Amino acid sequence: MPAKRYQQVQLSHGGGGKEMNSLITDMFFKAFSNPILESQEDAAQLNLYGQTAFTTDSFTVEPLFFAGGDIGKLAIAGTVNDLAMMAAQPEYLSCSFIIEEGFAIKDLNTIVQSMATELHQSGARIVCGDTKVVPKGCADGIFINTSGVGRILKPGISVKNLQVGDAIIVSRDIGRHGAAILMARDSLSLESELTSDCATLWPIVEQLIAANIDIHAMRDATRGGLSAVLNEWATASNVGIQVDEKHIPISQEVQGLCELYGFEAFDLANEGTFIIALPQDVAEQALAIMKQYCHCDSASIIGHVIKDNKGKVILNTPWGSSRYLDVPQGELLPRIC
Amino acid sequence: MKLTDLYQQFRNPDIIKALAAQINQYSSQITSNINIMEVCGGHTHTIMKYGLKQLLPANINFIHGPGCPVCIMPKERIDHAAALAQLPDVILLTLGDMIRVPGSNGNLAQYRAKGCDIRPLYDPMDALSIAKDNPNKTIIFFAIGFETSTPMTAVLIDQAEKQQINNLLFHINHVLVPPAIDAVMADPQARVNAFIGPAHVSVISGAKIYQAAVDQYQTPVVVSGFEPVDVMESILRIVKQKYNDTAQLDIQYSRAVNYDGNQAAQALINQYLTLRDSFRWRGLGPIPDSALTLKPEFAHRDAEIIFKQHLPTVEIDDHKACQCGDILRGIANPQDCKVFGKGCSPESPLGSCMVSSEGACNAYYRYTGVTNAG
Repeated sequence: MPAKRYQQVQLSHGGGGKEMNSLITDMFFKAFSNPILESQEDAAQLNLYGQTAFTTDSFTVEPLFFAGGDIGKLAIAGTVNDLAMMAAQPEYLSCSFIIEEGFAIKDLNTIVQSMATELHQSGARIVCGDTKVVPKGCADGIFINTSGVGRILKPGISVKNLQVGDAIIVSRDIGRHGAAILMARDSLSLESELTSDCATLWPIVEQLIAANIDIHAMRDATRGGLSAVLNEWATASNVGIQVDEKHIPISQEVQGLCELYGFEAFDLANEGTFIIALPQDVAEQALAIMKQYCHCDSASIIGHVIKDNKGKVILNTPWGSSRYLDVPQGELLPRIC
Repeated sequence: MKLTDLYQQFRNPDIIKALAAQINQYSSQITSNINIMEVCGGHTHTIMKYGLKQLLPANINFIHGPGCPVCIMPKERIDHAAALAQLPDVILLTLGDMIRVPGSNGNLAQYRAKGCDIRPLYDPMDALSIAKDNPNKTIIFFAIGFETSTPMTAVLIDQAEKQQINNLLFHINHVLVPPAIDAVMADPQARVNAFIGPAHVSVISGAKIYQAAVDQYQTPVVVSGFEPVDVMESILRIVKQKYNDTAQLDIQYSRAVNYDGNQAAQALINQYLTLRDSFRWRGLGPIPDSALTLKPEFAHRDAEIIFKQHLPTVEIDDHKACQCGDILRGIANPQDCKVFGKGCSPESPLGSCMVSSEGACNAYYRYTGVTNAG
């Protein structure tokens, strides 16, 4: 086990020699154990059939460890969720690490174990990977890239598939991940019991598919939050979307952070919250299925697809006025005064 | 007590609707237009974000004043910040949106991408720890904002002096609200006949700073909070004054504002800062005694003096097509500008009013045009 001999990642851990082999065999293979990975061929040999979804994502986060997760959990849940949102059962993942020289072996091990635990949520397997170690100062701790393939169980789900009259459902309270990351940053020095929503969504999606729910569009609201997803849908499907502010679930802690810094929860990132567009007549059934899962008990129908205001998202206030819900711009920066 | 209890009543739909009904009732008996300038961008943002304008009668107009620290910053001051950031071994610190404001050759975010060490702060007090952690570097705090944020700068200077943190310097761009009101009203085209006064400013300076405007221009000034109920109640108080044909100073935000303000904060500001002879406001031009600078005895912390030879002196006007100046003076609305939403958008702003989320153009761009939505 490399941890016995080294406390920090050395450049030699990426050099292709004994140290690298030890890191891969003793830590990565052990955590991600499966015959395809352990065969150590130049490429993984996979059995794919039917329509397949393929996705990739790179993960950089500051801080690496936050309430409710870490970069490892994110790297698995993020890619698995991208597949799940296409109704594809996550099957095979690749995983590449770019590690800064001097990174603590102990932290690396925590991240890898977290990835292994998260993989169990969907049953996906890491079947190939890569490790690079870069000199100190050339990376910020650790970067992880994961790619994934999965079999599409329910074709036709698309950002272009929203229909006028569709109901829009959000799976839980929004903005938790963005708020948790902000609170974890040293510069804010805030204390809260808030945790990220970081989670694998496949188990819930699997149930919706099993119940034969007619899903038109589905997306996890990651960076850019709810605002970004709804605007993307409105543009791609050339429809208007109308949502009611009073029905959008937001936790006390997230709302508190927003009040303090002038943010809007609609713009904050999520890592285990998804939005669905589906026919109004199956909305209640879908909601009932989602609410059976512990972190979806606040799932809510937040609005509808409309034929007017094509390409725009309209937010109705509780006092009868309306405004556009625009996509967030640039870095999220706190108000000045 | 839950956190939501602190603001939920200030967003209570029934209260907002009741206030709207009263405003409509009074204003229907007033034949002339009520042109309210919300001096502070925070109020502009509230009016747009919560769609309050849709609840009000046609004879109430909003004019968006110069009270946004980002909107009023002339390009040459951003060029100063860029020049300082490019000096060797300098870390430039500033607040929020300021890194997005265009200078004559790009904004600070672009200079950061080129390798300059520029850091937006969440808390100005972080400047102290950054200075301590980087003893071989010169830390320059590009200080911005109205009376609201000036005390934070004064505390920073105070702490730097007391803790003898000698590598922390300041580039002071703090500006004052009353001279800006005077500049707006001095314009012969001025249409403003009532003001919503910025509450956060008055938490520090007291409501007294608006008394002169009430007396001189015979306009109501209501110092208002930023929640929807605050703003609607302030509009009602203005409308009532118009109905009764009076002009008074009124404090709606009485939960935090009094007539005299925070005198300890004022004393600390006066200890370190003094009036600058003149400051060139974006869109309004030079206004005498409208900004602050470090007192001469603290010249050893003044980046404008220490790095004078590196700072450009050219004054740079706005892009020809940009009407931010007219918008800040209340002569034009954002939609009057030919480049609004076309050549000028939050993604690539030509003028500062489009940069800040509190800028009038940005607020109009993000929120308006949905009055038929239901």
